[in-house]
Amino acid sequence: MSTSTKTRTNGGRGASRRRALRARAIFAGPGLLYITAFMSIPLILIFVYSFFTRGRFGGVVWEFTSQNYSRLFESVYVNVFVSSIAIAGTTTLLALLLGYPTAYAITRLSPKWRTIALVLVVLPFWTNFLIRTYAWIILLNSEGPVNSGLLSLGIIGAPLGLLYTPGAVIVGLLYAYLPLVVLPIYASLERADRQLLEAASNLGANRFRAFFDVTLPLSLPGAMIGAIFVFVPSLGNFVVPELLGGGKTVMVGNLIRDQFLEARDWPFGAVIALSVVALLVILFAIQAAIARRINGKAVTRA
Amino acid sequence: MPKIGWLRLPLTLTYLFLYTPIVVLVIMSFNASKTPFVWKGFSTRWYTELFQDDLIRQGFINTMIVAVSATILATILGTLLAIGISRYFRSAILEAYALAPAIIPDLALAIGLLAFFSLMGVTLSLVSVLLSHVVFGMAFVAAVVIARMGQTDSSLEEASRDLGGNALTTFFKITLPSLAPGIIAGALLVFTLSLDEFVVAYFTNGPATPTLPIVIYSMVRFGVTPEINALAALLLLVSFTFVISAQRITRLTDSV
Repeated sequence: MSTSTKTRTNGGRGASRRRALRARAIFAGPGLLYITAFMSIPLILIFVYSFFTRGRFGGVVWEFTSQNYSRLFESVYVNVFVSSIAIAGTTTLLALLLGYPTAYAITRLSPKWRTIALVLVVLPFWTNFLIRTYAWIILLNSEGPVNSGLLSLGIIGAPLGLLYTPGAVIVGLLYAYLPLVVLPIYASLERADRQLLEAASNLGANRFRAFFDVTLPLSLPGAMIGAIFVFVPSLGNFVVPELLGGGKTVMVGNLIRDQFLEARDWPFGAVIALSVVALLVILFAIQAAIARRINGKAVTRA
Repeated sequence: MPKIGWLRLPLTLTYLFLYTPIVVLVIMSFNASKTPFVWKGFSTRWYTELFQDDLIRQGFINTMIVAVSATILATILGTLLAIGISRYFRSAILEAYALAPAIIPDLALAIGLLAFFSLMGVTLSLVSVLLSHVVFGMAFVAAVVIARMGQTDSSLEEASRDLGGNALTTFFKITLPSLAPGIIAGALLVFTLSLDEFVVAYFTNGPATPTLPIVIYSMVRFGVTPEINALAALLLLVSFTFVISAQRITRLTDSV
């Protein structure tokens, strides 16, 4: 009796395992294959291309070289990286200065208003990016609303040259990515244990001390995610520098676009793109390490 | 509304910053003036001209072909992927892999796909744009459906199987209906994304078949016409409608 039960469950387990395997293949198989074919292989290809010699009309000639990487350190390209990092960095700083208090304010709203407030933050992000950038051409133009408003108020005597400046690029990038900084900060503030805050105030910490000692450190991982979400895409954006910077501000994204579509030097373009992806990975690793430390501390403190 | 005190200031600033450009754009689309910056009275003239512009019409048709097909493919693949990952694999690494196309920089994906298609000898056309849009569209659908699966429990599926329902019956009668809100919301988001997507389309498209964002890009690059204001207002309306619908569908059923 006991043996027959045993064999039956064994047989049943084998069959159900086979069924589970088949279910895995049917459900997840096509999607995983698709991602491998149309994301992983293309990215690996970019990595491979970065070690070979440029073809005359794009593509590569299969001759190994490490020159594409050493070219990255030529002063022309170093300068582009430095100025891009300055612009993307300023954008990130402004996004945090505006996004953090906004996210904090949203957590203090009632649940119903919170949803509405969040949807309103995200909504512009889902609209056409070119159109959002284009709107700033209208706003910042010398005859546009900003200048005519300032003129009629008597604040300025003559129209300001707002468009086609690094400042316009920063405003455009901030406009594009602000929603991406509010969301992760909001999420981390929500998660930051309210009880921890209450405990802090019960122990006699005033509101400011409670904020700086408890809330701010706990929301730091979210703020860092938000900062990465602004900083890295800002570096890679070539539309805003072109449309709002008037082509005068060259960012890393413009460099990559030009190597692929104009200079036809795909291997060098691949190297520049890979350096942006590498930066993304490094920043995420730093974020994860800091998040682990902060969360560990919070647990031991609690 | 609870007291938020001085926090009202950054909140107001953020919404002013986010919505002033949109409001100005919509107002300017009804501007009679030929220069799109100066107000010269109300007119719907640019909307009429918009519909007579062949370049825009062709771009719109191309975009619709891509967006509709990408939505169908990405919704099917993304839904199956989400079920496979959260019901059968339960692996955080695979989940991260499935969502990666939505996170990696679009420019990196775009040049990778360009290199890939050219190596494979694929002629760039609407098909290559479609294949490219499906990869990140699928990740968005998977993300929404996985979130939805976290809210539904699998006991109904187990009950159906215990009562002798075969895998197919269980899938179509139980699993799919319970995930429907997530799937529909995911589909709406993919459609919106594909409709507005520029960077990947710019790199993977053939010169003969520009999508609408590519048409807009060349128009904006070579000068500003008031038609763009009208087009912009219409596209904003479409995106807002779709995204708000997606949000409502998932939230309405959350409370049930």
